[in-house]
Amino acid sequence: MAEATIRSAAASRPGPLLRDLLGLGLIALGGLAGYLLFPDNLAFLTRLISVALLVLSLDLIVGYCGIASLGQAALYGAGAYTAGIACLNGVTEPFLLVLIGAAAGAMTGLLMGAVMLRAHGLPQLVLSIALVQLLHEAANKASWLTGGSDGLSGMVPAPLFGVFEFDLWGRSAYLFGLGLLLVVFAVLRLVVRSPFGMLCRGLKEDPLRISALGIYAFPVLLKMFVISGAVAGTGGALAAIATQVVGLDSVSFELSANALVMLVLGGIGHLYGALVGTVIFMALEHVVAAANPFHWMTLVGAVLIAIVLFAPRGLSGSLDQLAGLLTRQGGRAGR
Amino acid sequence: MTPVFEVSRLSKEFGGLKVSRDISLAMAEGERLALIGPNGAGKTTFVNLVTGRIRPNSGHVRLDGEDITALGPEQRVRRGLVRTFQVTRLFPDMTPEEHVIMTVLQRHGKAARILARFHGDSEAADEAADVLATLGLTEVARRKVGAIAYGQQRLLEIAIALAQRPKVLLLDEPAAGVPSADTPRIEEALARLPASLAVLMIEHDMDLVFRFARRVVVLAAGELIFEGPPADVARDPQVREAYLGSYAHAGSHA
Ligand SMILES: Nc1ncnc2c1ncn2[C@@H]1O[C@H](COP(=O)(O)OP(=O)(O)OP(=O)(O)O)[C@@H](O)[C@H]1O
Ligand SMILES: [Mg+2]
Repeated sequence: MAEATIRSAAASRPGPLLRDLLGLGLIALGGLAGYLLFPDNLAFLTRLISVALLVLSLDLIVGYCGIASLGQAALYGAGAYTAGIACLNGVTEPFLLVLIGAAAGAMTGLLMGAVMLRAHGLPQLVLSIALVQLLHEAANKASWLTGGSDGLSGMVPAPLFGVFEFDLWGRSAYLFGLGLLLVVFAVLRLVVRSPFGMLCRGLKEDPLRISALGIYAFPVLLKMFVISGAVAGTGGALAAIATQVVGLDSVSFELSANALVMLVLGGIGHLYGALVGTVIFMALEHVVAAANPFHWMTLVGAVLIAIVLFAPRGLSGSLDQLAGLLTRQGGRAGR
Repeated sequence: MTPVFEVSRLSKEFGGLKVSRDISLAMAEGERLALIGPNGAGKTTFVNLVTGRIRPNSGHVRLDGEDITALGPEQRVRRGLVRTFQVTRLFPDMTPEEHVIMTVLQRHGKAARILARFHGDSEAADEAADVLATLGLTEVARRKVGAIAYGQQRLLEIAIALAQRPKVLLLDEPAAGVPSADTPRIEEALARLPASLAVLMIEHDMDLVFRFARRVVVLAAGELIFEGPPADVARDPQVREAYLGSYAHAGSHA
């Protein structure tokens, strides 16, 4: 009898799907609120979205596969530069540019994964740093293609749907970014709840157990690097389209490290944390750093220490625990 | 009849410590074999060697007549050589149902699908439900593994192994760490393993061994020192000596 219950329930599990729809609704609402409340800051908010995509892509690697990386901006920068170069060479359709950026990110992810997955632990982390530094240097040296330390500028993307110009106000760019974020987020929620996503979680916790099921880790993890690269590349392309400049900072170690900080701040392993962390980090940076850059660094340090000590699962983890207590679901968001 | 599983002259040294010495062993289809031996005798190492987790210094492993010595652990599993672990290796955040579904999906070649819902494969879900029911785990199928009793976790290890549809199953102390009140359930599960399956069980509990196996091999300090029916084990002078500890210096200090 109890067995029959399992069978019937296995077919339809409305719980997680409903929660994801709710999550998407919240993101859309938050995004629209930003649009209405801060009409003068849309350029900043668009940049925030592009960085959120980078941090999401990092969560796929760190949170779902247990692979620490301090070189994630390599994938973001690959997307930004490729989209930028394409735009300067006459490919101006924004959706096409995003696809190009995503493809470049995915390719770079494939390479990065192929290299990083040769190692484990600390050497792996060092490899990630080495890779982003290499790419940074390459972008710096190949100035005929990338503009070197001046970066790329002067891209003029075609109007969105042929109608909405990417103007000074940045309205089109912001709504374009918000739309991209929603689509990417929805897709990623599906990805992490697929058999593949489940397998990644297993590999993160106990690779030996997965191997004892007859499953090779390498192709699975490599696939995640490719997906992660596509997401980061999308973020990079968005930045290129919205700001119409691409600089060396987009392939920097610093951006990579900041992305990791944002992820840890928000909480790893359920995608929501990536968004929460990015919003809090970048909003604080925007406000505090404008007043005093030194205070900003101090604040980041203090907040990080507090997080690690008092909320090791990140801010969203704590929020989630709270929500769990309130709704007596007791579960982690999205798990 | 060719043995379904055959190990010949398997040897392994860990920096001078010989943990396997020239071990040869064969199992027929459907056989129930017990592998016993004092702590540190090299029993788990033997399992690690034949499953490809550790590379032997010399010797061969054959499965169904095929030499699998050069294959990696994943390939051996795919050919039907499956093990369980002395200390359970499970995912505390996942449910028993999810463990078994993942296993079944792997057997169907669908474990790494992206464009599918993990819980959406009703074929896999049904098969998982059957396996879990066989082992009496239906009640806890949807709980987090971290929250179920250790005895149930041990049963889940067996459920996962069964869902892999092995030809040869190596059980490394399937009742280790289980409160004695729960061992009958484990034993019952072992008694109901498919008849055609060749099972090698490592076990310290001699009562369990007596009821389970028709043949026993004894490993001491990496060497097989006895092979025969369970009734003769206790009478064998070499085995008595091994258990009294005269071999202990070559193994662990247990
Ligand atoms: N990776 C390793 N490196 C070095 N020595 C090892 C390694 N693995 C096992 N050993 C040693 O090999 C010997 C056999 O260990 P093994 O775990 O196979 O014993 P066992 O018979 O399974 O014991 P138990 O009954 O306690 O499970 C022990 O002395 C152990 O310390
Ligand atoms: Mg052992």
